[in-house]
Amino acid sequence: MRVGVLYSRIRRDEKLLLDELRDRGHEVAKIDVREERFGLASTTAAVDDLDIVVDRCLATSRSLYATRFLDSYGVPVVNAPETGDVCADKARNSLALAEAGVPTPATEVAFTRESALDAVESFGYPCVLKPVTGSWGRLMAKIDSRTAAEAIIEHKETLGHYEHKVFYVQEFVEKPGRDVRVLAVDGEPIAAMTRSADHWLTNAAKGGETEPFALDERATELVERASDAVGGGMLGVDLMEVGVEAGDDAAADDYTVHEVNHTVEFKALDDATDVDVPARVVDWLERRAAAAANDAVDGDAPEAHT
Amino acid sequence: MASDTDTLHAEDPITGEEIELPADVEVGEIVDSPVTGTELEVISLDPLTLEEAPELEEDWGE
Repeated sequence: MRVGVLYSRIRRDEKLLLDELRDRGHEVAKIDVREERFGLASTTAAVDDLDIVVDRCLATSRSLYATRFLDSYGVPVVNAPETGDVCADKARNSLALAEAGVPTPATEVAFTRESALDAVESFGYPCVLKPVTGSWGRLMAKIDSRTAAEAIIEHKETLGHYEHKVFYVQEFVEKPGRDVRVLAVDGEPIAAMTRSADHWLTNAAKGGETEPFALDERATELVERASDAVGGGMLGVDLMEVGVEAGDDAAADDYTVHEVNHTVEFKALDDATDVDVPARVVDWLERRAAAAANDAVDGDAPEAHT
Repeated sequence: MASDTDTLHAEDPITGEEIELPADVEVGEIVDSPVTGTELEVISLDPLTLEEAPELEEDWGE
């Protein structure tokens, strides 16, 4: 197949993917979005003959616009722009999970310093204040007191981009020193790992230690539902175990899904587990490209990216 | 620029020193400078040219 890869930086994740595609004999067209222009009817990027385009843009804004434009030209693209729209915004992400009945931490959004403080006080201490956009655990605040809340909110109001004036306040979930990252394709888990740290932020990007994790039936079900809730695709679903103490090997009573990521990194999962993650991702891309080709033959619109 | 089949050599754009890179680097790839640790981007392969990679921005990442 002919695969387009949207990118602006080739990291180890992209390298693994490119190597797997080439090893299988697929034709790869790298599309550096920094060099292209996207018009209402066409683009300077050579996408006409591609069977599928996979979005690996690191910048969320580029990812959302580039996939939206390609989708409008009828080019099959994963993930779908609709999925990106939901996942890129923590408020929309939380709403989508809640609307689908997926357990997710209690969350409130407020627009002023006063209402944000009211939200913080209603959750009690500690609670968490996050930017609605952003990643890798950056600019997340665990708030332990009212004075801390006042200072953080004032700083965000004074120094922040306008998006930082959307105050996303969330309950603090007592997790057992780790959370669970699952890479899933259209709801089917490929690999899962825990990310552990003494710090309350356990992201692998923050240096959390990783170990393989065996998903139980409940976790598998929640991953599928969370994927459906945001429109499917290749996703990083983040769960926290409920009812497990740190260092306890007991199974979780339940899970809460705190986030679904649409531009998922997989090098840490590839290192932490025995799963050949790039191979499984390319298996899925081959299935998606075949489905898109069938849709084109049938005269249907491009696959609905569900 | 290539010295053998396993490695390539290029000029570090910050220090001017010659640095060694794997032979399979590709355009757009981010490599760490072995001299300064700075992230460098491969701009072209022939000749092998590096530039300091763009700074991370707020909306970058997963």
